[in-house]
Amino acid sequence: MTALSVEGVTVSFDGTTAVDAVTLDVAAGEVLGILGPSGSGKSTLLRSVAGLERLDAGRVRWHGDDITALPVHRRGFALMFQDGQLFPHRTVEENIAYPLRIAGERGGSGRVDELLELVGLAGFGRRRVTELSGGEQQRVALARSLAARPRMLLLDEPLSALDRELRERLAGDLRRILVDTGTTAVFVTHDQDEAFAVSDRVAVMIAGRLVQVGTPAEVWRRPGSAQIARFLGYTTVLEGAAARLVDPGASGAIALRASAVVVADGGQITARVVRSTPAVDGARVRLAVDEIGEVDGVAGAGLPVAAGDVVGVRFDAVGIARLGSSPLGGVVASRGVADDSPLVDGARA
Amino acid sequence: MLGAGVPLAFVGVFFAWPVLAMVGRGLFVDGALDLGGFSDVLARPRTLRLIGLTIGQAALASVVCVLLGLPIAHVLYRLRFRGRRMLRALVVLPFVLPTVVVGVAFRTLLRDGGLLGSLRLDGTFAAIMLALVFFNVAVVVRTVGNTWEGLDSRQEEAARVLGAGPVRVWFTVTLPRLAPAITSAASIVFLFCSTAFGVVLVLGGSRFGTIETEIYLLTTQFLDLRAASVLSVMQLVVVVALLLLAARARGRRTAQRRVDAADAVHSPRLGDAPAIAVTLLVAVFLALPIVSLVLRSLHTADGWGLGNYIALGGTGSRNALVVPVWVALGNSLQIAVQATVIALVIGLAASLVISRRPRSPGLRRALAGFDGALMLPLGVSAVTVGFGFLITLNQPPFDLRSSPVLVPIAQALVALPLVVRTILPVLAGIDGRLRESAAVLGSPPWRVMRDVDLAIVARPVLAASGFAFAVALGEFGATSFLSRPDRPTLPVVIFRLIGLPGGDNFGMALAASVVLAAVTVAIIALVERLRVGTMGAF
Repeated sequence: MTALSVEGVTVSFDGTTAVDAVTLDVAAGEVLGILGPSGSGKSTLLRSVAGLERLDAGRVRWHGDDITALPVHRRGFALMFQDGQLFPHRTVEENIAYPLRIAGERGGSGRVDELLELVGLAGFGRRRVTELSGGEQQRVALARSLAARPRMLLLDEPLSALDRELRERLAGDLRRILVDTGTTAVFVTHDQDEAFAVSDRVAVMIAGRLVQVGTPAEVWRRPGSAQIARFLGYTTVLEGAAARLVDPGASGAIALRASAVVVADGGQITARVVRSTPAVDGARVRLAVDEIGEVDGVAGAGLPVAAGDVVGVRFDAVGIARLGSSPLGGVVASRGVADDSPLVDGARA
Repeated sequence: MLGAGVPLAFVGVFFAWPVLAMVGRGLFVDGALDLGGFSDVLARPRTLRLIGLTIGQAALASVVCVLLGLPIAHVLYRLRFRGRRMLRALVVLPFVLPTVVVGVAFRTLLRDGGLLGSLRLDGTFAAIMLALVFFNVAVVVRTVGNTWEGLDSRQEEAARVLGAGPVRVWFTVTLPRLAPAITSAASIVFLFCSTAFGVVLVLGGSRFGTIETEIYLLTTQFLDLRAASVLSVMQLVVVVALLLLAARARGRRTAQRRVDAADAVHSPRLGDAPAIAVTLLVAVFLALPIVSLVLRSLHTADGWGLGNYIALGGTGSRNALVVPVWVALGNSLQIAVQATVIALVIGLAASLVISRRPRSPGLRRALAGFDGALMLPLGVSAVTVGFGFLITLNQPPFDLRSSPVLVPIAQALVALPLVVRTILPVLAGIDGRLRESAAVLGSPPWRVMRDVDLAIVARPVLAASGFAFAVALGEFGATSFLSRPDRPTLPVVIFRLIGLPGGDNFGMALAASVVLAAVTVAIIALVERLRVGTMGAF
């Protein structure tokens, strides 16, 4: 059942279009990740749903009701910011109880304890929020957002301000909490791992436009265009004969991650090493592959390579994606991003 | 819009109108533009001498304040040592002392028989200069110190590593980053000094004065209103130019990245010795007039005792006063409370409006202009305001001349810029997304303002009220024009007492000054406990 409908929403600032006619549906109980590079307009889209931006065009509906003109505080959504935005003059407890007090719920302390438990901060209620670490602050912000049982939770880069280890751990927690509480959620991130770890579906946004929507696996396996592929970390896009040489079953363009091009004794094809940079697990290499051109690849620690060497190359299917001419999955607003890349695209991720 | 309307109406009626009326008197004769007044007034050798004196003494005092203030700012904001907070409080104290009290304190220090009487400085230019520095060094210390405290010292370290010596580091890295704060502080000091009134009136005698004291004399002694208006106009032009300069410096300062103050301070080192020496010397200099004032107030014709304080219950020798001094203190406190309430309501409303960042560039510019307009009373002479009240508010629709609200309103105007400068930086520093968070969690707009803006600004508001109260209590320039003879304030009474020497009057003036200073100090000590960093910084 469709909970949130975004219909042709456009937002511009001083003549620059930040969100360009975006149309999107979110089902009840679903977690949708909006993935895009910085400046792609994804946060603005989220703020538009929350009611914090004035729309130049389009509507926002909730279970069919037009809420475009509804003021922020009446929408019953919660928005969690990148840096939490906890109230510095209130304790952890008072922050979490804030939406409860607005809703007029008395005896909210039980609910506060329950939420602290949920985010793994039992016993933190009396602390000042300024004493908390970044990760703890984000957990409190999440608890505060969930406190009044919002109809939908919006999260703006909720984990981006944290260091990587914490981010990975919290991404798992976030997914668990959202699923356990059955919360409909839209969250915005520029980090593919985060998007894929937390979301049921992923919507890719580039330059204000929604370019692909699908399950994480679909988006991962079939990026809608060379541009999307490159944003997802694929370093090389191949077309035509070069593509079929690597993936004989491909009908169109394919995208390769560096990890898909492996220097190996007795590989199918030979290549000359253009450049080699040592890495923890061997080397990152730039290879001039016969009949394909220059691609990025990796060499194992057991196989020392130097510029000028001629080596064998093997392709690893796990790191190869076929570009979908029409992106897969539900609602799509692709506008066919033009990509006039040469036969072999050397753009590095 | 109501939030913008009330402060605008207040500043319009009680500031712009009186001041413009003053300007009009200088420029128009019988409804026609006539600049003859300017050439007439400017042709007087006395006027020219006073203009030169005003500018010269303000410029010199600014330079001295910066030269002394920089080492003190370094010591009080970059070094870690015991007693730092107390020293900071001591340095800011003179800034809030009533001008009349400072004038009287310097008189006791410098006159024959005073602690520094042997220097023969009483009634000289040097005496005025000392008093101006005494007042304003705090402005430099606090303004520059607040910036300095947040400067990332790794930039200096980077320069050192690149081969720059300490002197080169100071001139190429530290000084440029402090420059906006120094410009801002120096222009404010210049402003205060060039409009100094009470202290110059008490210390300058007949030989020395400023445009400000001259306006006062022309109005009250010679009844030459036209010449007074001409001088007010010229002063206004200078003040507006200076405020624009200060505002520009403030604008540039906000671009600086601040670090946590705790990261930048260090324990005193040998290299800090000269700065520490300057700080100690200035601390002694700041304490001397106060100590001298307290000592002399305990000195009566019959030796040491509380005689002068006991005399405060009376009306002085030869009935110098209409009411006993204690009654005047009561008046002062009551009026100051009223002034504080007015300044707070207006200042808070104005700050809430100015702290918004509207999307339209036109509205943003309008708000910046509004911000600047609120700073004007800081520099436009209190005498001009007081005088302007007299000539505009004595007829319908605002026939307030005999109304008791006039004095509090004038004092509120003088305190208003300080209130705004204390509250506004805190409000402007609130992340807009904090308000959005509250809204998304279900708060309607009024509740967002209460739970975010007002809650965060509560302590600065308390600090601002204390500050405004202290300023109102000591206000002399406008009050001297407006207070009714039967309801004088304490500063007015003190000035009257030193104007009628003989008998116990001077001793009473000293005792009254100590009382006024003590009340002020107590209030400021309370404010300091609130630890609001922006107070007194411009």
